[in-house]
Amino acid sequence: MKAPQFDYAKPASLAEAFDLLERHGDEAKLLAGGQTLMATLNMRLSQPGILIDITGLANLAALSGIRAEAGRVSVGALTTHRQIERSELIAQQVTMLAQAVPHIAHIAIRNVGTFGGSIAFADPAAEYPVCAVALNADIVLVSRQGERRVPARQFFKALYETDLKPGEMVARAEFNAQPPGYRSVFMELARRHGDYAIVGVAAHAKVTGNLLSDVSLAYLGMGGIPMLARKAMAALEGKAYAPDTVAAAQAALAGELDPSDDLYSTTATKLHLARVLTGRALAALTQPGA
Amino acid sequence: MAGKRQTAIIVNGVTENRAVEPRTHLIDYLRDELGLTGAHAGCEHGVCGACTVRVDGQIVRGCLTLVVQTDGKRVDTIEGLSDSGELADLQKAFHEHNALQCGFCTPGMLMAAQDLLREKPDANRDEIREYMSGNYCRCTGYQAIVDAVEEVLAARKQGVRA
Repeated sequence: MKAPQFDYAKPASLAEAFDLLERHGDEAKLLAGGQTLMATLNMRLSQPGILIDITGLANLAALSGIRAEAGRVSVGALTTHRQIERSELIAQQVTMLAQAVPHIAHIAIRNVGTFGGSIAFADPAAEYPVCAVALNADIVLVSRQGERRVPARQFFKALYETDLKPGEMVARAEFNAQPPGYRSVFMELARRHGDYAIVGVAAHAKVTGNLLSDVSLAYLGMGGIPMLARKAMAALEGKAYAPDTVAAAQAALAGELDPSDDLYSTTATKLHLARVLTGRALAALTQPGA
Repeated sequence: MAGKRQTAIIVNGVTENRAVEPRTHLIDYLRDELGLTGAHAGCEHGVCGACTVRVDGQIVRGCLTLVVQTDGKRVDTIEGLSDSGELADLQKAFHEHNALQCGFCTPGMLMAAQDLLREKPDANRDEIREYMSGNYCRCTGYQAIVDAVEEVLAARKQGVRA
């Protein structure tokens, strides 16, 4: 349970970081908080030749901080979970992230782990990727050539596979500030608090009375990537919250979620749990406080 | 391939200058290099909390932190916090409530509990459980630990150092 040997560099500028990425290619891994990377190294799931510690770039506005501009909220890659948890701006304008962050591991890990790390690692059970997909956020990538913007719904390609190209790193994500009348709900089921969840749901919609519109529903743990449940979304669009509407959305999930069996839960169990959680999320969305 | 790196880390107030391999974890450096064996290496992948120490005032996992990442930073361990008396009331309460048996988890528990007492002085029992949920204890069943933390929380709130 000790990490293999690797080299270590801490660039002081983006240019230096790109040099290192170019020189070491596939041998290099970026290190920010390291709260996922270090665990995978300890278990020897990967053996990089060099870790490039980008926390020396934390003073760069392009990679850090939480900012509101023109109806958008940008979250820098080097922002820690704890900073998101404590952010008034997130609590008011990207309420889904504020609800999701307490589910991430534990305080000692949230103090160090970063937003960008979670996005780039793209664990199918991670919280931020599914929030970014549900909220139709943009992921901003940076390389020597400049910045490139990819919708989160196209960024996650397959299990642990993203649209990141060699020489690129995640700079930040941009979310729409939550418009009036919209609500977000994030819920997950885990065996123990802070564990990777069995299933999680990120729900977002305009709620007028009990009428739902502009609905998004995305799931974690239900496939290789964050899963956007388009059929379930369509079943809810323009409908009033009612038992048969919820049932229709729940029924649609079987056709579009693709969880795999693991040690603890079968595919059927996971689908069942996804339906249960969907019911709870829709109730919370339309009847907050109930 | 990976040569040693020179590091200067302020451990419990004393600057330690050491050359370490990049792959060395903070927990192994503290235990093996400096002989500070209070924090323990348990699961070594961030789950159990036995290796909890402070870096620049924030609790972190010693097994998920590289020594090279803490170069130039302040690291505080249970030894430093014990010596300074910062935890005296918490340690007394753990003792009185039998909040430990084998003691393996206790240094990590105390670090997390002290963090909770500073961050959430108004925590209720459920919030104490949630805050401490990243620290595993295989002996006590947690009840006594929560009792101890709750007691110190109340006592500190009244300004009485138990």
